[in-house]
Amino acid sequence: MSGVWTLDAVTARHGRKTVLEAASLTVTSGEVVGIVGPNGAGKTSLLRGGLGLLPLTSGQARLSGRPVGALKPDARARLVGYLPQERRAAWNLPARMIAALGASDLSEPEADALARACLTRVGAGDLAERGVLDMSGGERARVLLARLLATRAPLLVADEPVAGLDPDAQLLTLDLLRAEAAGGAAVVVTLHDLGLAARTCDRVVVVSRGRIVAEGAPRQALSSKVLAEVFGLDGGLVDTPAGLVLAARRA
Amino acid sequence: MSLVRLCGLMLLVLALAAIAAVALGETPLIWSQYVQALARPASPPGEVLWTIRAPRVAVAALVGAALGLAGATMQGLLRNPLADPGVLGVSAVSGLGAAIAISAGLAVIPGAIEMSALIGALVAGALVVTLAARFREPEALILFGVALSAFGGALTALVFNLSPSPVAMAEILAWLMGSVQNRDAMDALRALVPMAIGAGLCLRAGNGLRMLTLGEEAARMSALPMARLRVYAVAGAALLTGAAVAAAGVIGFVGLAAPHLVRALVRDDPKRILWPSALAGALLLVVADLAARLIPTEQELKLGVVTALFGAPAFGLLAWRAARSWRS
Repeated sequence: MSGVWTLDAVTARHGRKTVLEAASLTVTSGEVVGIVGPNGAGKTSLLRGGLGLLPLTSGQARLSGRPVGALKPDARARLVGYLPQERRAAWNLPARMIAALGASDLSEPEADALARACLTRVGAGDLAERGVLDMSGGERARVLLARLLATRAPLLVADEPVAGLDPDAQLLTLDLLRAEAAGGAAVVVTLHDLGLAARTCDRVVVVSRGRIVAEGAPRQALSSKVLAEVFGLDGGLVDTPAGLVLAARRA
Repeated sequence: MSLVRLCGLMLLVLALAAIAAVALGETPLIWSQYVQALARPASPPGEVLWTIRAPRVAVAALVGAALGLAGATMQGLLRNPLADPGVLGVSAVSGLGAAIAISAGLAVIPGAIEMSALIGALVAGALVVTLAARFREPEALILFGVALSAFGGALTALVFNLSPSPVAMAEILAWLMGSVQNRDAMDALRALVPMAIGAGLCLRAGNGLRMLTLGEEAARMSALPMARLRVYAVAGAALLTGAAVAAAGVIGFVGLAAPHLVRALVRDDPKRILWPSALAGALLLVVADLAARLIPTEQELKLGVVTALFGAPAFGLLAWRAARSWRS
């Protein structure tokens, strides 16, 4: 089956530093792919390079088979929804208007109706009129997630969607993204919590120094060897009734 | 409040202010003279109202609207509530254009100073648009604007410095202080064309300004043609600012203050704030010009002096409030 998102040996530089080196990846609909790696490993660069936000020096990225670089903004927006790491809002817009930003292809009344529906889906229906700067971090995360869902794109890419959230909000965020995958979307998230990645992702991609060094089912990708070599951890994933848990200490 | 109702209400207030501004002035009139002015526009009181005051009020309203809209556009584009039309450096270069025309003795040709100021604005605008298309980060645009502003200011000072005649120097200084004194209907019409084009561009950029609320990357991944909308916003703001400077000299703080007067009424929305900011700017300048005429001073106060006199403390207050919200 062809991928919703395919990266074919993509390489990118930032100044003289190579931030992405010959990375290849295929994401298909219905799966949740977790991208993990130490700080500065190139997780965000992998997303940005694959979405056309970072110019590639070689290789090619495709969305539903079409080269990213050749897509016009509206065509690209139909194929992918992106939640950047940057969570700041410049203005105190009500939540319904923030969520409606995900549906800029629709007329304002249509976008507003969709935005309210998406807010309800993420459990923030009662926040519709609240200013986004007057919210707690967890509430704002839900609103931004509603904006992502409002794109209705077949590929949803979220850069650190659970950073700074409490455990409940982290699980809720990933549950909602899993529900989107169950509905047929392809979901890609970068995560720092390896246990959480192992429990919630169908597939884990390990990035280190701009390269993809391991990829596969969580247990396979996050083997003791990878944990030691990439993260400097001594330990491994342990099966518990609540799912996989990371038991490790600094090597 | 819906946008249409808000704008309708503001138009009403603006109309009342404009009527007051035409009715009141340095030359006090009595009731019978008002009746005479309305019945016979060619009568002496009619001359005062329709030939002297009305065009002046119209130019003040147009300039205020242009600055208010340009300010709101720049604040949206740069995602910064402290941005104003001068931030791009367009007004400084436009002022330079006027200074060159005055020192070259072109003041005798009607419209020459205005045209020279507009050319300065267009040159600066073209430069800023090119830079905006190349660099997306608001910080980059602000820094280039600071550089352009300083350079324009330095060249104006140079023109001043090398100017052989003290009369030209006084004229440049008076012009730089900003005023709508002695404007006629032709001045209002001349300003209208570039302002209408600039306003059209800014209003078309509205969706893009709103999309920028969540930052550059989110906007770039949206369905909107952000690169084009950014150029619309910068070109529109530059045209509006240039046309305003050409019509009335350099008038500060209106572009900064006008959006803040209406921001809460449109729930912070950078798109819906555009029209109300234009109306608020027009209202501010009509009132400021009336104040400039009514405050009893030996020499009539310059409009730019009045707006800066009231605007600068307002700016300080804004900075104070902004700083407090950062701390919390």
